[in-house]
Amino acid sequence: MVISVINIEKTDFSSVEEEMEKMERYYQQDIETADREQVLAWQNERLVKQVRHVWDNVPYYRAKMEEKGVTPEDIQSVADLHKLPFLTKDDLREAYPYGLLAKPLKDCVRIQSTSGTTGRRVVAFYTQHDIDLWEDCCARAIMAAGGTEEDVCHVSYGYGLFTGGPGLNGGSHKVGCLTLPMSSGNTDRQLQFMVDLGSTILCCTPSYAAFLAESIHERGLQDQIKLKAGIFGAEAWSEEMRQDIQNKLRIRAYDIYGLTETSGPGVAFECSEQTGMHINEDHFIAEIIDPDTGEVLPEGSKGELVFTSITKEAFPLLRYRTRDICVLTRKKCSCGRTHVKMSKPMGRSDDMLIVKGVNVFPSQIETVLLEQGYPANYQIIVDRVNNSDTIEVMVEMTPENFSDNLGKITAMEKSLVSALKAMLGIYAKVRLVAPKSITRSEGKAVRVIDKRKI
Amino acid sequence: MTIPQISVFLENKAGQLADITGILSQNQVNMRAINIAETTDYGVLRLIVDDAAKASSILLEKGFILTMTPVVGVAVPDTPGGLSKVLSVISGAEIDVEYMYSVFGQKDGQACMIFRVADSDGLTAVLEQNGIGTIAGEDLGLH
Repeated sequence: MVISVINIEKTDFSSVEEEMEKMERYYQQDIETADREQVLAWQNERLVKQVRHVWDNVPYYRAKMEEKGVTPEDIQSVADLHKLPFLTKDDLREAYPYGLLAKPLKDCVRIQSTSGTTGRRVVAFYTQHDIDLWEDCCARAIMAAGGTEEDVCHVSYGYGLFTGGPGLNGGSHKVGCLTLPMSSGNTDRQLQFMVDLGSTILCCTPSYAAFLAESIHERGLQDQIKLKAGIFGAEAWSEEMRQDIQNKLRIRAYDIYGLTETSGPGVAFECSEQTGMHINEDHFIAEIIDPDTGEVLPEGSKGELVFTSITKEAFPLLRYRTRDICVLTRKKCSCGRTHVKMSKPMGRSDDMLIVKGVNVFPSQIETVLLEQGYPANYQIIVDRVNNSDTIEVMVEMTPENFSDNLGKITAMEKSLVSALKAMLGIYAKVRLVAPKSITRSEGKAVRVIDKRKI
Repeated sequence: MTIPQISVFLENKAGQLADITGILSQNQVNMRAINIAETTDYGVLRLIVDDAAKASSILLEKGFILTMTPVVGVAVPDTPGGLSKVLSVISGAEIDVEYMYSVFGQKDGQACMIFRVADSDGLTAVLEQNGIGTIAGEDLGLH
């Protein structure tokens, strides 16, 4: 008898939890759970229309198509997608700022930009309709993380040119959450609002989430925090880090993916299953290619992720190479969503580093070093200390830069640190080392040592 | 009158200083004064040696980065207030001292301090006008 009571209690408890789990929330259920045929039908129709739109309005891409001997008539469905030329970050740089714009500026209402600086900057344009769809995607992510209009959504992504803040902010509005546009930084204020206004959903980079978790523990605020979920993206993070954040904040931590080139966060997002991110296939067609040959790989292969935006008006990129290496899977998902899932990015097919959510290219660091009169022999060491990314640039001292006056050397070091900060947008520690102490390699220089365990 | 000082870039890692002193000792170079200015990551080692030309060419050969700096050796009375008097003369003349350090040992009741200033000749003149002597390299056993 006693046993059965215990059993009932136990069953009750787990069934409530299961019930909660089963109560998967969708922002646009009919789209998110549409069957494959329906999604494909949307994709076919939208792709054909989009290719025509780009052909008519983007001379830069039209020239690429002509070069390949492809016309809009050749693209009748998703099956023809592989015939289209790729776009890369280099194209975006070459076409900067208006070369890939497909709408008159009078129809555009916003730009967002990547953290990349000189030479690497990407400026993406949005019509009001583009922003609307982007925010829909973010709203889907928030609801997949359990968000409702009852929630207080604390957005600690940077606001401004960076897409993180504006994207989740808009998504949060669409869901109807009370939105706290916190932006990043100012830990005390973050925690005060979190406590005073009872934030329930936290949106930020995973490393910032980990940092906030530590700060909450340091201040003994655990019991005053009402967070239940977090939506973390813009940088790579491991399953271990997820567990760590989940345990420390007592929340469910969900991954979100996106890039400025395709709108921003919300291109793909995690559901309750937490085993990969559903790509919003009604807006984007995803392909996996061999980064060396450009050949499309069969489903389940590991390769470079390529996106085609089929609903964007102002900045519609066709076959944009993300350089992120991942795997796509169409395995049935317990959340009920039918859209394809991508794994966490497993690496990059170029030398770009993502540090604290910011894109860093070794070439940017090299440019600064040369400008400041340092040798181009350098090494970048990226690490993760207490769940926060660190970047250190090792530079060799030269006879020209050396002085018997330590003050002069430290002043020079400081100006190098500020020049790097201006270029990268984040603090990079500089370590001056003895000449010839950075290993000269025979072939390709080892410029980057990434010690992060992701 | 100035004394040649060798300034060497030092990375803050174990054995750097021992490497340099080892090299100098193997080559029979005798150190007369040593001073280190440092941050957490690197430092500047300043040396007065008996044969600066020899020491610098050996260290350069070994791949160290160094620079030769003229410094002034000042005779400071080895009595209470000795250094204070010297410093008040220097500050009275509005000469900016970049750094200073002392030489091992003393001679005839006088200690020797090394001063690094922008204008060594100006400093020497001001000191002489105030009855403070400067010390020549030979007096420190420099070749």
